[in-house]
Amino acid sequence: MTLMTVEGLGIDFGGVRAVDAVGFAVKPGEIVSVIGPNGAGKTTLFNILSGVYRPDRGRVMLDGMDVTAMAPHRLAALGLSRTFQNLQVYLQMTALENVMAGRHLAERCSVIADLLGLPASRRRTRETADIARGLLARVHLERAAEREASSLSYGALKRLEIARALAAQPRLLLLDEPAAGCNAVETEEIDALIAEIAAEGVAILLVEHDMKLVMKISNHIVVLDHGEKIAEGAPAEISQNPRVIEAYLGTQAEGGHALC
Amino acid sequence: MYEFLQFVSSGMTVGAVYALVALGFTLIYNASDVVNFAQGEFVMLGGMTTVFLYDAGTPLWLAAVLAVMITATVGVLLNKLAVEPARGASVVSLIIITIGASIFLRGVAQIVFDKQIHRFPAFTGEDPITVAGAAILPQSLWVLMGGAAIFGVLYLFFTRSVIGKAVLATANNRLAAKLVGINTTAMMTLSFGLSAAVGALAGVLATPITLTSYDVGGGLALKGFAAAMLGSMGVPAGALVGGLLLGLIEAMTAGYISSDYKDAAAFIVILTVLFVMPRGLFGRAVAERV
Amino acid sequence: MRLSPRTWTLIILAVLIALAPVTFPSAFYFRIGALIFVNGLAVIGLVILFGYAGQISLGHAGFAGIGAYSAALMPMHLGLHPALALFAGAVLSGGLAFLIGRPILRLKGHYLAVATLGFGILVFIVLNNEAQLTGGPDGMAVEDLGLRAVSDALGLGLRTAEVWYWFMGLVLLLGAFLALNLHTSPTGRSLRSLHNSEVAARTLGVDVVRYKLTAFVISAVYASLAGSLQALLNGFVTPDVAGFLHSIEWVTMAVLGGAATVLGAVFGATILTALPQALTVFQEYEHLLLGLIIMLVMIFLPAGLLPSLGKTLRQGESI
Repeated sequence: MTLMTVEGLGIDFGGVRAVDAVGFAVKPGEIVSVIGPNGAGKTTLFNILSGVYRPDRGRVMLDGMDVTAMAPHRLAALGLSRTFQNLQVYLQMTALENVMAGRHLAERCSVIADLLGLPASRRRTRETADIARGLLARVHLERAAEREASSLSYGALKRLEIARALAAQPRLLLLDEPAAGCNAVETEEIDALIAEIAAEGVAILLVEHDMKLVMKISNHIVVLDHGEKIAEGAPAEISQNPRVIEAYLGTQAEGGHALC
Repeated sequence: MYEFLQFVSSGMTVGAVYALVALGFTLIYNASDVVNFAQGEFVMLGGMTTVFLYDAGTPLWLAAVLAVMITATVGVLLNKLAVEPARGASVVSLIIITIGASIFLRGVAQIVFDKQIHRFPAFTGEDPITVAGAAILPQSLWVLMGGAAIFGVLYLFFTRSVIGKAVLATANNRLAAKLVGINTTAMMTLSFGLSAAVGALAGVLATPITLTSYDVGGGLALKGFAAAMLGSMGVPAGALVGGLLLGLIEAMTAGYISSDYKDAAAFIVILTVLFVMPRGLFGRAVAERV
Repeated sequence: MRLSPRTWTLIILAVLIALAPVTFPSAFYFRIGALIFVNGLAVIGLVILFGYAGQISLGHAGFAGIGAYSAALMPMHLGLHPALALFAGAVLSGGLAFLIGRPILRLKGHYLAVATLGFGILVFIVLNNEAQLTGGPDGMAVEDLGLRAVSDALGLGLRTAEVWYWFMGLVLLLGAFLALNLHTSPTGRSLRSLHNSEVAARTLGVDVVRYKLTAFVISAVYASLAGSLQALLNGFVTPDVAGFLHSIEWVTMAVLGGAATVLGAVFGATILTALPQALTVFQEYEHLLLGLIIMLVMIFLPAGLLPSLGKTLRQGESI
């Protein structure tokens, strides 16, 4: 049973086909990576899938339901969560509050109760804080809980964003370059974390430039170039695919193992 | 029909002044992202300075030229002393600074000049010209021609001259402009000076019709800002259309409905336009970058 | 036991309100104090809109106008007690904010600013022009709220200005209490998250339109109550209560004090209410000085007075 199916997806920006005729499917617990050179349309694809952009062509199905061009907050309610390539952390909130805010959908409370500070509202906040602390521990940020996000390092913010996305208890998690700017140790941690999340049955869609990471953890890889899908398959197939190598290295390609 | 022409002519006259104030907003906004609520004070300073120099015996043309130069200097000082030192402050903080500047300039005007209502004689006589039955003041023609000339000269400046293009480049992308060697700080100073001069010219042209006093700036800033937003902030053609439209709506409402509600009609139109076109008449949709 | 920032803020406010009268040489100062609290209440509402949700408004005096004229007109024409009229006005303002908020809050930045400004001006124009009802620019008298009578009945022996001071002090504390509760609540977190990154908030399930509207309605109710209370305090009201300058005054108070905090709101309200009173001794130099002070504060303390001072103090500690 597939969780998400993408068919013939396309979007134009001022006559430029940023994404065109892209299709693939994601199953629960599967890690699908989207790779491609800079400007291939990976982030644009993520923006369409998460409802930030409306596609001009094609459709997106979630659980067999057509969710094309659905508003982001409604997609979130259906179990879709994401991180951002260039970080959209709530910088003026503490690390803990960032993750707590990720629990938004689970902690609906009445405005009146919140204004009056009724016990129900305060209890909800305490429960959310406990869960958020657990998630911070999972990304090794428990000691930064009370610090304002703006004071954290880039690597820490990357992990904070993953924790916040996890707080929404997604069934499908879109990770946009989670390891960018991270050192080798941090990358390995993120690698392990992603595998762990997938093992819990969450489907993961990953955009990442670190090919070692991609080849190691992906079940399936989709390759984009100039907005179009040029290849798709298991990591072993992709790393041998001449079109992929050409897209990545241009005419200077020397061997089939350049991607590994 | 006579009536209609009459309303059109008065609406265009007031609208031209609004368009010039809106143009002033746009010039500064493009160069610095600052919405300068002291823009109306430039109009006041242009009018009031001319009045006092003229009353002191200066020939009217010389008084007008001096007034524009003095106001331009005030604009440059405003940038140097209040806006540049606050670089990096939030948009709202910068707005508050310009509001503070506007209160300050009003305070200075009330001391340097006075609190009376003033005017100076029209440039070429006070007798109305009759066109198709509608009486038009010669000064109205001065306002319209003057406004058109200012827009025309600035258009040529921005599209033909190297400095003008440098200002546009700064408006488009400050960092990129800096990288290609444009002195963006100087461009900001120039924009403030230019914007103040445009405001002062509007004051000089309109004072014989609209009269002036130390406190006319606030209302003009409000209308100019509204006109600039109606035509999309940062677009000079939008300032022109927004200003004229605002003036015409006011004149028509005042003529056919009630002069009490002329301002209301203007703002109802602005709200309606923004509800349908959230970026104003000349705004382009931009994709959110994330 | 460690006290939360919420509790600290309330304690500080309560102590300041209680102790300030020690320094008051005359009843006039109690009146200024009450006016400060009225403005503080409205500015706390703006902190919810601005500081929490990140949405600007240059027209909230419009809601103050609705509140003020509700307090003036409803007792006269509907026979409502002023206290009830105050609540009726708040409901009216909240309802209106709900209706116009949806289209207005779709706008961003300066477009939002001009739309809210337009709304405020429309209210002002109606109040100014419907002279048969509102008395036009000359304004109209407002019925007594009856606070003095209550105070006398309780045998408190307070002068009218003093009664108003203590009453408004309590109202301000209540307003601060609600706003502080909101800050750390689920709703407050959602508001602050959409302020920090609207796109992230949307992808985490926040219905941003609904939450912006919530903040808009709450702040409109605060402004309306402040308008009503100001009218009742003065016993008189003119359309200026809804004027553009009044909106700008409140925005300046919020930004000057530090837009994100309740304490900053009260601080800003205190300074900008007291300063013009103090500057009247400079007579015609009043405007000049007021403008100068606003500019200097924003240039040298761009984050607002309170946060900037706080930062300086903290730096002092760490050295």
